[in-house]
Amino acid sequence: MPIDKFVTVQTTVVPLPIENVDTDQIIPARFLKATTKDGFGDNLFFDWRYDKAGQPKADFVLNNPIYSGSVLVAGKNFGSGSSREHAAWAIAGYGFKAVVSSFFADIFRNNSLNNGVLPVQVTDAFLAGLFKSIDADPKAEVKIDLENQTITNVSTGESESFEINSYKKNCLVNGYDDIDYLLSLKDEISAYEKQAIKF
Amino acid sequence: MAKTLFDKIWDSHVVKTIEDGPNVLYIDRHFIHEVTSPQAFGGIKARGIQVARPNQVIATPDHNIPTVDQHLTIHDELSRVQVETLKKNCEENGITMYGLNHPYNGIVHVVGPEMGITQPGMTIVCGDSHTSTHGAFGSIAFGIGTSEVEMALATQCIMQPKPKKMRINIEGTLANGVTSKDIILYIISKISTGGGTGYFVEFAGSAIRSLSMEARMTICNMSIEMGARGGMIAPDETTFEYVKGREYAPQGEQWEKAVAYWKTLVTDEDAVFDKELHYEAADIEPMITYGTNPGMGEKIVGNIPTLDSIDASSKVTFQKSMDYMGFAPGDKLEGKQIDYVFLGSCTNGRIEDLRAFAAAVKGRKKADNVTAWIVPGSKQVEKQAIAEGIKEVLEEAGFELRQPGCSACLAMNDDKIPEGKYAVSTSNRNFEGRQGPGSRTLLASPLTAAAAAVTGTIADPRTIFNL
Ligand code: SF4
Repeated sequence: MPIDKFVTVQTTVVPLPIENVDTDQIIPARFLKATTKDGFGDNLFFDWRYDKAGQPKADFVLNNPIYSGSVLVAGKNFGSGSSREHAAWAIAGYGFKAVVSSFFADIFRNNSLNNGVLPVQVTDAFLAGLFKSIDADPKAEVKIDLENQTITNVSTGESESFEINSYKKNCLVNGYDDIDYLLSLKDEISAYEKQAIKF
Repeated sequence: MAKTLFDKIWDSHVVKTIEDGPNVLYIDRHFIHEVTSPQAFGGIKARGIQVARPNQVIATPDHNIPTVDQHLTIHDELSRVQVETLKKNCEENGITMYGLNHPYNGIVHVVGPEMGITQPGMTIVCGDSHTSTHGAFGSIAFGIGTSEVEMALATQCIMQPKPKKMRINIEGTLANGVTSKDIILYIISKISTGGGTGYFVEFAGSAIRSLSMEARMTICNMSIEMGARGGMIAPDETTFEYVKGREYAPQGEQWEKAVAYWKTLVTDEDAVFDKELHYEAADIEPMITYGTNPGMGEKIVGNIPTLDSIDASSKVTFQKSMDYMGFAPGDKLEGKQIDYVFLGSCTNGRIEDLRAFAAAVKGRKKADNVTAWIVPGSKQVEKQAIAEGIKEVLEEAGFELRQPGCSACLAMNDDKIPEGKYAVSTSNRNFEGRQGPGSRTLLASPLTAAAAAVTGTIADPRTIFNL
């Protein structure tokens, strides 16, 4: 399915200064029983977000009205653990367009790119600066420019470039998806199979 | 040019290279299960296409199934719908499925190897991060997301950037009471859960070579827990011996040809890795985790790190983890009371694991304060455990053997550790709530789990069982 095109965003952010946020926290396993991709945003960070009675926990950032915006800023090693793409669906479903961290787990990175959510890997220093700006002003903004591969801490003007391979960038900018591309390679795949080692 | 084992297999599976982009990688075997496949089938249906190579896809429901009364209808409606959806999707697309109650049903990463579906030199994917298990056979095996499951179903290919390569060498002989689970927990405790991110890891060295296939699978299984894309071990006689004669293994002349090819699957002597690490087997002791990620592990006779040994930037996260676990930094581990023991999962739910546990608890009794769940990784493991008398030994010691499935490893079914309770678990993840909301998981080997089960505490298996 075509994914949403990614354009430049400038937005306030939601800070989550915890390291090693794993996919079981992003979307606990008991919510994986669905057979569609809908509705995962409601259960994003469920066990951190709600108490046992299902009431919002006041001290969790998603329940704090001071913070809003379409970018999640998280501590290093975000998305480790399971391959569940439900984690990316939950983040996309909640309305995030990008996640900023100083380190991402591999599978999560792939999954989020495949769902139009941009993982922006920054240096530890940039991340620390960003958390500081948000601390000082919850309405601090970031600007993410995919075309030029730059992220800016709007409060300080500090800017950094980030990596993304040009194929994936092209997909995000244009809203293309990998499956259409792979389907166009039918003949090459059959030709590969003819010469492959098989027993 | 000298090549690593990884290069040899990867390069021979590249259908196309995209400049400054991923490779189009051909997939030999694709395993699917009920949780991460329905949306992928939904996707190909919406495109009006069929599964491209159904005979290279194998399905088994495992994550979401009960481990008691499997002959009855699954009572949880959502779980039942998922399992039925898998069945329907497989039928519509001509995919072999080892469904509930089928003699070959089990956890996907246990089933693949025991059926001989997993073979050296293959590329193998599954919508499950512990697909890395299959790397123990000298294959490139890794977990993928559902979009990639859809790609693999639609075209038998996925798009993957080629990862960097790391080799981890472990030399020497393991001491008594130290298992492959301890090796991998030790490595992760050294390099952290992000230490392998971006890399594909080859495990090598004399300590690895001396391991059985099942022990090798345990190590590769948890390579994902250090962030690695996957782990692998070069195939050797141990590997060939294991694969030989299994249902899907090549036969007769084909077998000879296959082995001749598999023998070429080794890292060339002067091949270069992006990173190389060395450890001594003699330094490794029984391990246990104390925190909320698999890198938070310590030797069982040790203490939880003190707060001042933790990096300033990580202190908040560390303290959060301690609060969740109900432990204090600096605490001694041995002697802490536990409530549950879980033996099972794709990490340690194989026959050797059940044998080791049963041999240890034989003639002893389960501690009264402990609830134990012994869950075989597959129907075949269950059958074998009954045939070998393991079930009886367990029952005499006060344990019961459940039916196969992922069970309390991820608590999608009814096997949930209650809030606040401590579980010594042979699975692979100790994340907050992994084994049920509020559950507290301590990862360890089957031997250490046995020691916990008979003492009701964190205990050193070497002392308890005079190893
Ligand atoms: S046993 Fe656990 S880790 Fe293995 S496949 Fe099942 S849920 Fe995943």
